[in-house]
Amino acid sequence: MALIVGIDLGTTNSLVAYMAGDGPQVISGTRGQAKVPSIVGLTDNGLLVGDPAKEYLVRDPSRTIYSVKRFMGKAIADVAEELKYFPYALQEKGGVIRIQVGEKTYSPPQISAMILKELKLRAEAHLGEEITKAVITVPAYFNDSQRQATKDAGLIAGLEVLRIINEPTAASLAYGLQQNTQGCVAVYDLGGGTFDISILKLKDGIFEVLATNGNTHLGGDDFDRRLVDEVIRDIDTRHGVKVEDSPELMQMVRLEAEKTKIRLSDEPQALMVFSLPDGKGTYERTWSRDEFEALVLDLVEHTMTPCRRALSDAGLETGQIDEVVLVGGSTRMPVIRSRVQELFGKTPHCDLNPDEVVALGAAVQAGILAGENKDMLLLDVTPLSLGIETMGNVVSILIRRNTTIPTSAKEMFTTYVDGQTGVDIHVLQGERELVKDNRSLARFQLKLPPLPAAVPRVEVTFLIDANGILNVTASDIRTGESQSVQVKPSYGLTDDEVETMIRESFQFAAEDIKARQVIEARTEADAIIMATEKALQRGTDLIPAEEIESIHHAIEALRVAKAQEDHRQIRAGIADMEKVTHHLAEVLMDATLKEALESKKLSEVTD
Amino acid sequence: MSEHTHQPESGRARELPMARSMCWHCQSEMTGEYFCGRCVKVQPLSKELDYFTCLNLPRKLNLDEQALEETFYALSRSFHPDYYATKDEGEKAISLGNTALLNTAYRTLKDPVQRAEYLIRLEAGSAKDIRNSPPADLFDEILELQEDLDEFRSLSAGESDERRQELLEKLQADRRTLEARKAQMEDRLREQFSRWDALPTEAEGEATVRSQKDAVLAGMQEILSNRTYVKNIVNDLVAATSPTAEPGRSAWH
Repeated sequence: MALIVGIDLGTTNSLVAYMAGDGPQVISGTRGQAKVPSIVGLTDNGLLVGDPAKEYLVRDPSRTIYSVKRFMGKAIADVAEELKYFPYALQEKGGVIRIQVGEKTYSPPQISAMILKELKLRAEAHLGEEITKAVITVPAYFNDSQRQATKDAGLIAGLEVLRIINEPTAASLAYGLQQNTQGCVAVYDLGGGTFDISILKLKDGIFEVLATNGNTHLGGDDFDRRLVDEVIRDIDTRHGVKVEDSPELMQMVRLEAEKTKIRLSDEPQALMVFSLPDGKGTYERTWSRDEFEALVLDLVEHTMTPCRRALSDAGLETGQIDEVVLVGGSTRMPVIRSRVQELFGKTPHCDLNPDEVVALGAAVQAGILAGENKDMLLLDVTPLSLGIETMGNVVSILIRRNTTIPTSAKEMFTTYVDGQTGVDIHVLQGERELVKDNRSLARFQLKLPPLPAAVPRVEVTFLIDANGILNVTASDIRTGESQSVQVKPSYGLTDDEVETMIRESFQFAAEDIKARQVIEARTEADAIIMATEKALQRGTDLIPAEEIESIHHAIEALRVAKAQEDHRQIRAGIADMEKVTHHLAEVLMDATLKEALESKKLSEVTD
Repeated sequence: MSEHTHQPESGRARELPMARSMCWHCQSEMTGEYFCGRCVKVQPLSKELDYFTCLNLPRKLNLDEQALEETFYALSRSFHPDYYATKDEGEKAISLGNTALLNTAYRTLKDPVQRAEYLIRLEAGSAKDIRNSPPADLFDEILELQEDLDEFRSLSAGESDERRQELLEKLQADRRTLEARKAQMEDRLREQFSRWDALPTEAEGEATVRSQKDAVLAGMQEILSNRTYVKNIVNDLVAATSPTAEPGRSAWH
């Protein structure tokens, strides 16, 4: 039996884990870091994923994709309000967002697949065997389109997705394995982009989800943005710089805001300091935790309503919850911890690393699917009600939210006029009464035999499988024949599109470590060549001609090395460049200091 | 490891209708309970299987909730797709179908109202006839309430605040009355549950038992239809008077 890995495909970070002999284990990269930032750099030299892409973000924001999970299974209209925070251009085709990078466009599943491939490579390097099967986690409150998009991403990455499992339930598996907890557990999961609350009953190895609720557009990113908005205003007031006009500066502000938020979880104050571009000075400000918490208070409150609804759906009072578990990096914020404690009246657990617990749980589930663990069994639910459109634009519910999956509902269809040969069926997900207020999942036409009105009888089965994904089948009751149903997803890729993307994925990928090292070295070489050329322009008069000559030689040599496939040669070229330009850098530094001093004097004079 | 370890260890021999009397895989005669005695493949449950039989319970309305849960967990361990991920497509499909049926059976029997509605459908084949009819003695009150509710909805916040407040208080009082009324109906339903459970099985004096049964079923049907009507109005009242709340769900669906 080939090994199945567990993958946490997060908004901000992703991880891969597997079942080792003594329990689930996260696989770290070569530099020892477990988290792979969910960032993809589509550079001229090739693909960068994870930490190298994060470094690339400030340099070339329009070619660096982050937080792509927020776009999974979505159309542009769904994300209109946050577009200003993203440096890349979006388009839409067939209800699916396409991210424009240079001449090409990429669907969110394609970008996610690049992250999945990186994790696959990491697992293969660590385990020494090919990995083709995976369990991938999604937010519990993900709808059918978002789950399908995640499954597509797996396919494009060359992974058979054996199970899509909900993040909070995955976390409960990791906790349950460790502590052998019994009773009712609330899992509060606030990640980079999404929020989930799941209420489970644990008994003799059965993990039964009683109810789940959440918000797939509420996470750490939104907390960052509150701070970003403040900083943008502040920079405009104090320095007269419009951050929105510079994508590079926008990304810098975003990353600094994230850092400040993280520091404020451990300390009551944090200093934010970074230099503005084009010599506009340095932005400097100390933020207090109280200030930050005042900015995000309503976001914290937004997580409370889903908690109350989940409790009510589970038929429980807060007092009946035996344990509360915190999952997701954002639960490190003290304001979250205290608010959760206040709501449930219990000190929440956070014994396992909140960044890793979901991946660990996915590995536990992988072990169950592989048949290695027959003690534990997860009984999960569908987060949203499923229905079909009926007369008057009203939704008729077939499967209620929080129904244990897999589950199915059958509906009989017939004709209203003689000889009618088809019925249009529109499938929706959501809790509202009117069609327009719910999420359209798919449409299809049911074929009926041409007979007098009301004579045909075709039964349609709507089945939600253990992944929370809808499958539709139909059968003619009169003839007993089953008919295939061509379902057109409202916000998803077609099978043909996924096929094409699988093929394309091989053309634009760093297939092995070597290729990736070359790409990283080339990207670095580009940066140093650009910086040196800029420096030469400023320093022409400050250094001797023969020195300029040798710098030009070094640039040429590096360009030649860059065109080769050997990353060591490129690295050697970079080292040479650093040596040759050392003096120039010093001279320029001195000149800058002198200028600064002179301008200071000048300002003293003019004051 | 064979799946046998996860068959429920009830010990009692059970007559569970399977879809076929022969194993779908090796064509041998079925001897096991859910698994072929020869090739150990899981067998599809019959579509005609009723939920009480599926969950190993007598056709009674006051049921042993703990036994229900235990059987559900044990059968989940037998059928759940998570334990069939490495099996062939045929077994996967059966696992999926059986689990979907099991989950529906459990959900229906766990909730007292759904349980009663299901029993009526099973016994009389007429649960579809359960309409939401207003309780006769509440008819006038409900008419007035609907008018108040319509007026309240038509007034947006900010204008005619006084009238709005007046209506709000009235509707909230109506809501409390109706909730109390609903609780009463649920008590009466419980009484019917006990009457049903006390009836002898059909074999002892068929015709009279049948008519007694029908009387209880008809009584339950009326309570259920009144209760659904009242429940829907209460939900409307909750939605209109506290817009942020979703209608809650008690142990009674």
